[in-house]
This record gives sequence, structure tokens and C-alpha cells, in this order.
Amino acid sequence: MDRGAVLRRILRAPAGLIGLSMTGVVAVVGLLAPWLAPADPFAIDGPSLAAPSWDHPMGTDALGRDLLSGVIHGARTAVIVAGATAVLVLGIGLLVGMVSGYAGGRVDDVLMRITEFFQVLPRFFMAIVVIALFGPGIDRLVIVLGVTSWSLLARVVRAEVLSLREREFVEAARADGAGPVRIMVRELLPNAFPSALVFVGLIVAQVLLIEASLGFLGLGDPNAMSWGFLASQAQQFLRVAWWLSVFPGLAIVFAVLGLNLLGDSLTDTGVTRT
Amino acid sequence: MIRRYVWRRLFQLVPTCAGILIVGFVLIHLAPGDPVLALAGDSGDAEYYAFMRDKFGLDEPLPVQFVSYAANVVQGDLGVSFVQGRSAAAAIGERLPATLLLTGTALALSTVLGLLVGVVGGARRGKASDVALNGLTLGLYAAPVFWLGQLAILFFALRLGWFPVQGMTTAREQYTGWAAVADVAHHLALPALVLASQQLAAVSRLTRSGVSAELESDHVRTARAKGVGESTVLVRHALRRPLLPVVTVIGGRIGHLVAGTVVIETVFGWPGIGRLLVTSMQARDIPIILGIFLFVSLAVVVANLITDLTYAWLDPRIRFA
Repeated sequence: MDRGAVLRRILRAPAGLIGLSMTGVVAVVGLLAPWLAPADPFAIDGPSLAAPSWDHPMGTDALGRDLLSGVIHGARTAVIVAGATAVLVLGIGLLVGMVSGYAGGRVDDVLMRITEFFQVLPRFFMAIVVIALFGPGIDRLVIVLGVTSWSLLARVVRAEVLSLREREFVEAARADGAGPVRIMVRELLPNAFPSALVFVGLIVAQVLLIEASLGFLGLGDPNAMSWGFLASQAQQFLRVAWWLSVFPGLAIVFAVLGLNLLGDSLTDTGVTRT
Repeated sequence: MIRRYVWRRLFQLVPTCAGILIVGFVLIHLAPGDPVLALAGDSGDAEYYAFMRDKFGLDEPLPVQFVSYAANVVQGDLGVSFVQGRSAAAAIGERLPATLLLTGTALALSTVLGLLVGVVGGARRGKASDVALNGLTLGLYAAPVFWLGQLAILFFALRLGWFPVQGMTTAREQYTGWAAVADVAHHLALPALVLASQQLAAVSRLTRSGVSAELESDHVRTARAKGVGESTVLVRHALRRPLLPVVTVIGGRIGHLVAGTVVIETVFGWPGIGRLLVTSMQARDIPIILGIFLFVSLAVVVANLITDLTYAWLDPRIRFA
């Protein structure tokens, strides 16, 4: 199936259209954050703990920082983490899945055992150990979450390749003298890619929740504004400033729900067979 | 046949556990600086560092180091926390009951409520109550657990005053007997419900799609034609097959659940290993952090084993090729 067909399917299902729009909004807000945010998210911009008003639509925190600017810049961090993790997950998942499905036999056995291992490894705790040993930072967060999140994708791609590898067009390429690498890159990759992308959306949604939880525990990158960090600031002011908790949380739900709806619309419409 | 499967599955634990040990070991050695600092944290004195260096054989070649590291861990010896002045295993063990209580309650709640919500949704597919439940579970599935916790505190604890805001017991009272149990249950209710909510969403969504597909099937139609009551049809006939993937999802999400526990303990001031982990992070108390990682990994591996065995037990048709 070509990419156009996948896009058409997404747009036909209402949930897919909504999910795509939500994901698009988060991506645009994240990319344009410095121009969209009314203030510097780390700068004092008004009275402390001010309730939402025209000047500060989401209110201000204990230091008088504008929460709306914080939420907008948080989207930027979320987009960076989600995007970079997605690239890593796609790279590893596609490679492992395609080699495993195409080679079969021993190679398949070994790769699938490794995949199962990464499936049981608790990502959240692994990320905490990495932060404890290497210090906080977006770069290592992306690496540890990317390296531990590809197992579902590898299995999906493997299943896809298993069903593709005996098809006529692959046979034709093989009869034409194409080697395994060329068959994987030219014949299997374009066919496995669309469904892989869908699952990456679902995986990244979970990664965003983990990133937010780490930020909430105070383990995020101290130099990057994040939704989890904002929620952790809200914790000690719950009695007096509900807005500090409500708006960052809504932003996370919006981003995660968008990716989940997008993914569900494709899995329901039968792009994938898992 | 099933016995062979059990043995094979038990045998597979060996490489998995070895893998987890290797991950911990490799991370310690990849960390910048002296591995003794990575292993022991940076608040210690010379005597303590010498002790840890000797305990984990850090002056030996790498393979020997790995063997002594593995030997220590396998014996449940995770090193000594300098900050706490006692073994990491003792510090973790002391906090474990509170965490097990919270996680176990959430697991039971989410399984029972998740199946219930899923069956109701599947039986009433497309009706108003199904659409409402479906929207709710979609939202719960996308919400970070700490946020649900904060909202629950804002509404149920602060606004309505139904539940305490923080802690596991009422600090100023000295309850005994059943009064103490009731006090803990009162504190437990809100964090356990919040922790259960995401798992509940996953279980109910899967149950719903399974049940609604089964209701179209021949064997359900036959049961109805024979005059079997509707609730019996739902539980005995329509729920049976969907239970298998649900079991897998419950087991497969144990890691998520324990991660959620850590976060929820912070939101509600619950004195379990999650709070211990966060304070240990602030003090860079590495033996405890590594100990919790190894312990949780092992727990997840065991949970997966139990899940697979339950699956095999529930589905006698399964072929163990």
C-alpha cells in the first residue's frame, strides 16, 4: 500500500482526522514556540500565583512566570523528544523487523529473543538509572527511551515482511538477481513503512507520558521547559492555584490523545494485520 | 506437553535475568568518572569507597568484576547505601509492603472494573452509555497518572473533603486494630483508584472490542436461541475468548503499573519504594537506585512468566511447538 492510500484512510475515519489535526497543532505550536509564546517561560512576567486572566490566559506561577508561555515551550520539548525518539525507534525497529522477517531461521530466533528482552525491560526505571548515572538531559533521555521502545515495532514489521516476502513482486526482484539488501530496501521497506509509522505514533504517545512523568519527578532537562516540570511545580500549590496543574496536564492529554486517535484509526481500518 | 512448556519458559528466565544484570553492569561502566562513584554515589568517605571497591572487585579485570557483581546481586546483596548507613536491600525491603499494597489494590481494581466496563460497553455498543464510557477510557488512557492524581486531590480531597490529601496513615491519631485498617484503607482509596484508571482503560477497551465481536458469533447466537439468559450469555459465552488477550495485556502492563506507582506515591506522599527512589535520586544514592531497577526488572520478568503460564492454562488448545 502506498503512502497516499494510508493518508486517505486516516482522513476517511473521523477519529483519524481529529487525531491528525491534534498532532498537527502540537507540532506547529512546538516548532513555532519562540514566536507564539507571549513571554520567556523562565522570566518573571507578572504577579505571583495570578489566576487566569486576559493578561495571563493560563495564570502565573509562584515566581510570576507566564504559564501559557511555559505550556507553549513545553510543546517544543515534547516535539523534540517525540521526534528524535521516533527516528531512533523507526531505525532500530525497521532494521530488526526486516532482517528478522526476511532472514528467518536462526537469525530470526536470536533477534526475536532480543526483542522480547527489550519488551520486559522496564523503560521508566532504566531511564531513571541513566539519569542517576549520567545526569539529566534531553539527549540521553531520547537515547534511553529510543533504545528501549522499539520492540513492538520490530514485531509488527517482522509480521509484515513475513507476509510480503513470498509475494510476486519480491519473487520477481529475486529472479531479477537482486540481493537481500536491495530487496529489503527497494521492495520491502516501502511496503512496511506506512504501518510502521502508525505504530511509531502509538509508541511515541507512551514515550511522551514517560517523559512527562520523569519531568514531574524533577528528572527532566533543567534547561528545557517541559509539561512534566510544570506539573511538578504545581504540586506544592494545589490548594491555592489549580491552574498550575490543570493546563499542563490538558496539554499532555491533547498531545497523547492525538497520537492515539491517529494510530487507532489506522489499526481499525486494517492497514496492519496485528 | 504443558509441563514441557513450563520448563522451557522457566529456562528462558536465565538469559533474561543475565541480560538485566549485564545492562546494569554496562551502565555503571559507561558512566563518566570512576566506577566506584557510579556504583556507590558521591556522598561517601574513603573507607566506604574502599569497602565498595573491594566488595564489587573493582580492581580486578572486567570479566571478574562482572562475576562478583552478579554473585552479589544474585544473593540479594545490592551494596550498602552510605546515605542510609545500611544495606540497600534492607532500605528497599522496608518500603516494599506499602508499594505492594498500593500496586496490588490498583491491579485488582483495574482488572475487575476494567472487565465490567468492557463487558457493558461491548454489550451496548453504539448506545449512549457505550459512547460515554468509550470517551472516558480514551481520555484516561491519554492522561498522565500524576495529573489524574492532582485532579483527584483538587476535587475529591480538597473540594469535597472525602479523602485525605497525603500519606498512608493519620499522623496525629494512634489507631489500633480495625480502626487502623480503616484508616489505611481511607488513605489508600484515592491513590489506588487513580493508579488503576489507566490500566482500567487498557483492559476495558480490549474487553469491549472482544465482547462485541463475540456477540456476533455463532456460539453466542446458539446459546441465545437455547434461551440462555442475557447475563449468562455475556459472562459464560461472550467473555471467554476475549479473556485471553486481556490476560496478556494485564501482565504486559505490570511495568507501566509499577512506574505509575512511583509517580503516584510522590503525588500522594505514599511511603513506598517510589518515594524512596525520588529521595535517593536527590541524594544520588546509587546503590538504592540500582537496587530498585534490578528488583523491578525481576518483578516484571516474573509477572510475564505468570502471565504466559496463565495464558497456557486458560487456553488448552494452545500448541506448544
